[in-house]
Amino acid sequence: MKKSVIFGALTVAGLTAGAAGAATLDDVKARGKLNCGVTTGLAGFAAPNANGEWEGFDVAVCRAVAAAVLSDKNAVEFIPTTGKTRFTALASGEIDLLARNTTWTFSRDTDLKFDFIGVNYYDGQGFMVPKALGVSSAKDLDGATVCVQTGTTTELNLADFFRANNISYEPVPIETNAEGQQQYLAGACDTYTTDASGLAATRATFETPGDHILLPEIISKEPLGPLVRHGDNDWGDIVRWTLNALVAAEELGITSANIEEMTANTTNPEVARMMGTEGDLGKMIGLDAEWSKRAIMAEGNYGEIFAKNIGEETPIGLARGLNAQWTDGGLLYAPPFR
Amino acid sequence: MTTLTDPDKESFRLSMLLYDTRYRSITMQVIALGLLVAAFWFLGSNLAANLRAAGLNISYSFLGAPAGYDINQTLIPYTSRSSNLQAAWVGIINTLLVAFLACITATIFGVIAGVLRLSNNWLVRKLMAVYVEIFRNIPVLIWILIIYTIMTVSTPAPNAFRGETPTSTMFLDAFAFTNRGVYIPAPVWGPGSMVVVATFVLSIIGVFAYRRYATKLLFDTGRLLPTFWPSVAIFFLPSILVFFVMGSPIGLEYPALKGFNFQGGIQIGAPLIALWFALSIYTGAFIAENVRAGIQAVSRGQSEAAAALGLRPGRIMNLVVLPQALRVIIPPLISQYLNITKNSSLAILVGYADITATLGGITLNQTGRAIECVTLLMIFYLIISLTISFGMNIYNNSTKLKER
Repeated sequence: MKKSVIFGALTVAGLTAGAAGAATLDDVKARGKLNCGVTTGLAGFAAPNANGEWEGFDVAVCRAVAAAVLSDKNAVEFIPTTGKTRFTALASGEIDLLARNTTWTFSRDTDLKFDFIGVNYYDGQGFMVPKALGVSSAKDLDGATVCVQTGTTTELNLADFFRANNISYEPVPIETNAEGQQQYLAGACDTYTTDASGLAATRATFETPGDHILLPEIISKEPLGPLVRHGDNDWGDIVRWTLNALVAAEELGITSANIEEMTANTTNPEVARMMGTEGDLGKMIGLDAEWSKRAIMAEGNYGEIFAKNIGEETPIGLARGLNAQWTDGGLLYAPPFR
Repeated sequence: MTTLTDPDKESFRLSMLLYDTRYRSITMQVIALGLLVAAFWFLGSNLAANLRAAGLNISYSFLGAPAGYDINQTLIPYTSRSSNLQAAWVGIINTLLVAFLACITATIFGVIAGVLRLSNNWLVRKLMAVYVEIFRNIPVLIWILIIYTIMTVSTPAPNAFRGETPTSTMFLDAFAFTNRGVYIPAPVWGPGSMVVVATFVLSIIGVFAYRRYATKLLFDTGRLLPTFWPSVAIFFLPSILVFFVMGSPIGLEYPALKGFNFQGGIQIGAPLIALWFALSIYTGAFIAENVRAGIQAVSRGQSEAAAALGLRPGRIMNLVVLPQALRVIIPPLISQYLNITKNSSLAILVGYADITATLGGITLNQTGRAIECVTLLMIFYLIISLTISFGMNIYNNSTKLKER
């Protein structure tokens, strides 16, 4: 936009120059860094480690995009956003990409002028209760006090679920996961509800995780995915196909360990196209031939990223479930690279 | 000798706007105003242009759409199917409630602490100094969190009231203190209860009338009537009498543990208590300093003169010092009341559903209409603050020195 940057930065809502409509790819290249919006800290998904480096399931998406576009997986500026600030940050151009376990919904995709570029985690909302409460189904929670994180789709699902089952509850809105954990453990609420993955992550940090159970009901569909601003389709394509490359790599058996060997020896034409030894897929999205190879090398393929950050070997301990490849009965299905 | 001549005819030249001290300040102010307007116009048009470029618009139609979320403390009818506007009203009323309660208790804390800070007793004086310094110098946000955490951790969960040998029991079988709030009996209004209420209101008026009569009698004839015990009698006796004459029309509904929580009675939620207490004790420390400053601003000669007339220390404070100190206390007190109202926007920290939590929090998030919601919030707080200032200024004018 034509207005000067100084005045633009002063605008009330931070809707500044360089927002939607501009070529994000050029901006990112000129800047030499990808501005990636993540959570303020959720173990396994995005949190700084002991050395202050961000790591996690969502962080890996940012790094893969940075590797594809800038050839450097560390050329990422991680910008922590809360449930409240995330959309304004993306709409204003403060971040190029939001990878912050955000649920793909109709109104966010259309009314808020964003484009969800895919799903990197299929989630659903669940309930955690202390074993001692003696509750085995969410439908037994009539009259319960429920801790719920505010500013998420969870509190809408919660209202809908209790209304549909004609039972009552008392919500305790909380701002952060840490606070919810404290309230729940102090008994200020009977149950804590958020995405099942988040509950598992939270429970993993308890002193005695065995004293708490997740109720079997999953009351909503929560497809979590990265999103970009609506209007810059070229940039959207780059992010979408980077994510697809990670998923396809797992399906095709390309890992960060065997990628060089696969590139040299593969007889599978799709692998060859992805590795840039055949065809010119990279050129079609304005990148070089080896973009997807770099994206996969950054943090590994989808399966590796999952296993390293939130898989069953980690304290979070999530099973693949819906997030398995379609060939294994899951929902992950990358369109062909052709 | 000097000769007097007619002064030059006043003539106005454009350069006088800059060089004549009579006009220069006005010129500067006009220029500054022009720049300010231009800056706001620029920001506004920039915002509009950028919104247009992003394909977004400013629309308030979301206010009519169903909110879709539940709120834990609703003083007006509200369900998750109510509109966002209704949710905003719920928030507004909750904000006003906590601000009103906190203003009253903060004033009480402040006046007591401020007077006691000037006590002749060393221990009392120092204790109050510690209170003021500790609470004034730690951010209110931290106090809210500390108080809420202490409440949730130290009081028992409703679970503790259950079973054959519960670890906690209800106070007098009527009050339950849990970490989700305090449950107290609720009055049940039977037929004829309005007569009792009317009697009660009348007796309050009666108390004031009696005290006014006593004062008038004192001024006119010098006869001093006792006021305390007659006031107590007027306050209680007629209501109690009417209550039994009407056949006890007002009953009590006691809270009882049912399911996960106490049901029945009135619930005062833990978030409300924590926020209310934190705001009042924090702002009370500031008000204490205002009160102390006000009292010290009254010349010592006043209290010495009152003592010379034979007034007792309590009366000196109530009749001579405090009325004069009020003139100094009220103006800063206004800004403390404004602070309470504005600080109540930290409510979401403890899950209290004020206007910032409903309209500026959940509604903003769910609709993504940040600019619209924040604008509404700004307008609301502006209106509330201006109203409080207006009301307090009227009171200030009534207490300030009358110049004749």
